[in-house]
Amino acid sequence: MSRLVVGPFNRVEGDLEVKLEISGNQVKEARVNSPLYRGFERILRDKAPLDALIYTPRICGICSVSQSMAAAEALAQAQGLRLPPNGRIANNIVHAAENIADHLSHFYLFFMPDFAREVYAAYPWYADAAERFKAMTGTAAADVLPARAEFLHLMGILAGKWPHTLSIRPGGSTRAVTANEIARMQAIVSGFRRFLQRFLFGDTLERIAAIASGEELAAWAAERPSYSSDFRHFLHLSAALELDRLGRATDRFMSFGAYRAEEGHLFARGVYEDGAIRPLVTAQITEDVSNAWYVQDGQPMDPFSGRTEPDADAPDAYSWCKAPRLGGKVMEVGAIARQVVDGNPLIRDLVSQGGGNVHSRVVARVTEIAHLVLAIEKLLGEIEPGKPFCVQGKIDGSAAVAGLTEAARGSLGHWMLVENGRIANYQIIAPTTWNFSPRDMDGKPGALELALEGAPVRKGEKEPVAVQHIVRSFDPCLVCTVH
Amino acid sequence: MNMRADSPEQPRRRKLLWLQSGGCGGCTMSLLNAEGPDLLSAFEAANIEVLWHPALSEATGSEVISLMRDIVEGRVHLDILCLEGSVMRGPNGTGKFHMMAGSGKPMMDWIAELARLAGNVVAVGNCAAYGGITGAGGNEVEACGLAYEGTQAGGLLGKDFRSGSGRPVVNIAGCPIHPGWLVETLHQISADTYSRADMDEWGRPLSYTMHLVHHGCSRNEFYEYKASAEKLSDLGCMMENLGCKGTLARADCNIRPWNGSGSCIDGGYPCINCTSPTFEEPGHTFTETPKISGIPVGLPTDMPKAWFVALASLSKAATPQRLRSNATGDHLKVPPTDRTKVKS
Repeated sequence: MSRLVVGPFNRVEGDLEVKLEISGNQVKEARVNSPLYRGFERILRDKAPLDALIYTPRICGICSVSQSMAAAEALAQAQGLRLPPNGRIANNIVHAAENIADHLSHFYLFFMPDFAREVYAAYPWYADAAERFKAMTGTAAADVLPARAEFLHLMGILAGKWPHTLSIRPGGSTRAVTANEIARMQAIVSGFRRFLQRFLFGDTLERIAAIASGEELAAWAAERPSYSSDFRHFLHLSAALELDRLGRATDRFMSFGAYRAEEGHLFARGVYEDGAIRPLVTAQITEDVSNAWYVQDGQPMDPFSGRTEPDADAPDAYSWCKAPRLGGKVMEVGAIARQVVDGNPLIRDLVSQGGGNVHSRVVARVTEIAHLVLAIEKLLGEIEPGKPFCVQGKIDGSAAVAGLTEAARGSLGHWMLVENGRIANYQIIAPTTWNFSPRDMDGKPGALELALEGAPVRKGEKEPVAVQHIVRSFDPCLVCTVH
Repeated sequence: MNMRADSPEQPRRRKLLWLQSGGCGGCTMSLLNAEGPDLLSAFEAANIEVLWHPALSEATGSEVISLMRDIVEGRVHLDILCLEGSVMRGPNGTGKFHMMAGSGKPMMDWIAELARLAGNVVAVGNCAAYGGITGAGGNEVEACGLAYEGTQAGGLLGKDFRSGSGRPVVNIAGCPIHPGWLVETLHQISADTYSRADMDEWGRPLSYTMHLVHHGCSRNEFYEYKASAEKLSDLGCMMENLGCKGTLARADCNIRPWNGSGSCIDGGYPCINCTSPTFEEPGHTFTETPKISGIPVGLPTDMPKAWFVALASLSKAATPQRLRSNATGDHLKVPPTDRTKVKS
């Protein structure tokens, strides 16, 4: 038995440390530490409720819009507001644009560069992978950065700027766009579609969105050489390295539902377990701090009564991350959860074959880009210039409200108590809080901790490459995790 | 990452190390929005070699720790240290709120050691400059900037700190930064053409703080006539009612567009003065203008109050109907018309 401490674990958002117990050539146990505490939940106490829209986006630079959406939804409930269609659509477009940009950054900048590591130098596919995906010098980075930046011109029009917009309000959007601006956004999306179809997919978005099973995906990949598109390139590497056998966690998936429609969501809310879907019961959500650096509660807490009192010397603790559970169970969240809950046939099929693993997580994320761009194209056509984008409300007295949404990397919730017109308690449970939670009071490891068990370790590896693939397959955001 | 090899004609490439601590990573995300050219081209043009950046580099874990040791022990010269996020000193000065992963050592200690060896030290974003959002509330986490804690000089490195080049910490304040602010400053630093005269009284580049957010504001005509927005999403000037600090805030946000064409004000919400120390605790609700007997407290920079009041009441009286009616809606109701065009 030996120990490895991997950190700073980079190409994730924020700082991360993973402690591994190695037995033979495998990870036996993993402990995941989110080492940075900032205390947003305490900063928010006694603030004016609407000021949450200034502070909470700044929890996270990569999912700031998702934070705004969760806060705005909670505040809308507190004011009994119903968004005008234009406001709902505009905010959905901003939110989808962020999630697409995040997926793109994750795939090209965070995840794929690991295939260009020296450890793979002897593999027949290495030269191609390194030329395309080597961190900073690969040809892919040069292609993706301008495309991403130009796509985010959508934010310049609809949100003023990204990250850290204040355009997202409880009653809609502050930015009423005009018909010519809609035309400009349609042109931006069209340019982005060309990038995706040429570089990422090597095929139309419609074709990608229609792939309905693992078998169809493999057949699609085999149609053309692996170097013909970056997604095919990934599928080739994934098959060569059997990434579908790496990093399985609980196979219990949860989604809060993303992109509100007139009724319900574009991607449904729910829980998927053992091949069956069930409704999400939010009252079953608790947070446990038994192994985290906080003053101990002795029992898991409901987020409305949850508290955040740091204690850097708490016994047995090894992370600033709390341990959220649904009905006491560990859940996995992310694009894979969103898609499997929504009934996406490809992702349902992949999950039924091999559960959540490095391969299925990445396939869910990359194909979600196609679905989201198609959704944005549709939403842009639904805006009605001249009609209202925002309604106003007022918060007085008290409220206990929860704003639930989906960031790129999974389910995000804000629980807010308002008393006498000020914030009395604000608790945030972020996607990576679910995925990277430490053990709970029963000793149950979090999703990543479980996914790392059994990961292969090559001789002499200090940062096992399999561990890197598994960790990054979750697209972690550590600044959200602890906040 | 630079394709060019060092050569006699080509000056030595400047080595840059980027660390993140008590922040959100949003300044890096904003930096990736750099355009004309993209970020990697801009680094190359600036003759900068990125030794390590947490979001961009391949190296992870022990590879990074040994790079940092190489710098600390003098085997690698560090030209530019960039810090993104606040310095986390808490709890009780221990730095335990951010122990750098894999090192068992407080990040604040790494930052202090590396800053004393670096040719130049750059604070990226309001957090690294002054403490920023992370220091809001009661600042229980003891967040501070590299050379400031809020408006107090000092911070982690002390008020007399000078980096190897003799420059104080360069504060690219903003929440987040505009990519252009950083890319251009790094280019100048790398070319050794940057001096104290290029910085303002808060250590920020004058290149962008010589401007007010008010400059180039698309709502200037509403401002001139005090045709004010009453609620967020209205088109009028947001100074009187909605907390806009554009007439005080120092930045070129309405001259240099964000994400192609945007700015906060263009997005329909007020400037919150995010380039300034202590913007995170304005002492009032961000989107409401504090007033004393109906007059906004934060008057435009350099403007005598009596003059402002006199001019405001005069211009209010003269407000054209067009502006009066456009100011309080979310879309243009009355376009300008050309009186020389004869009605047919």
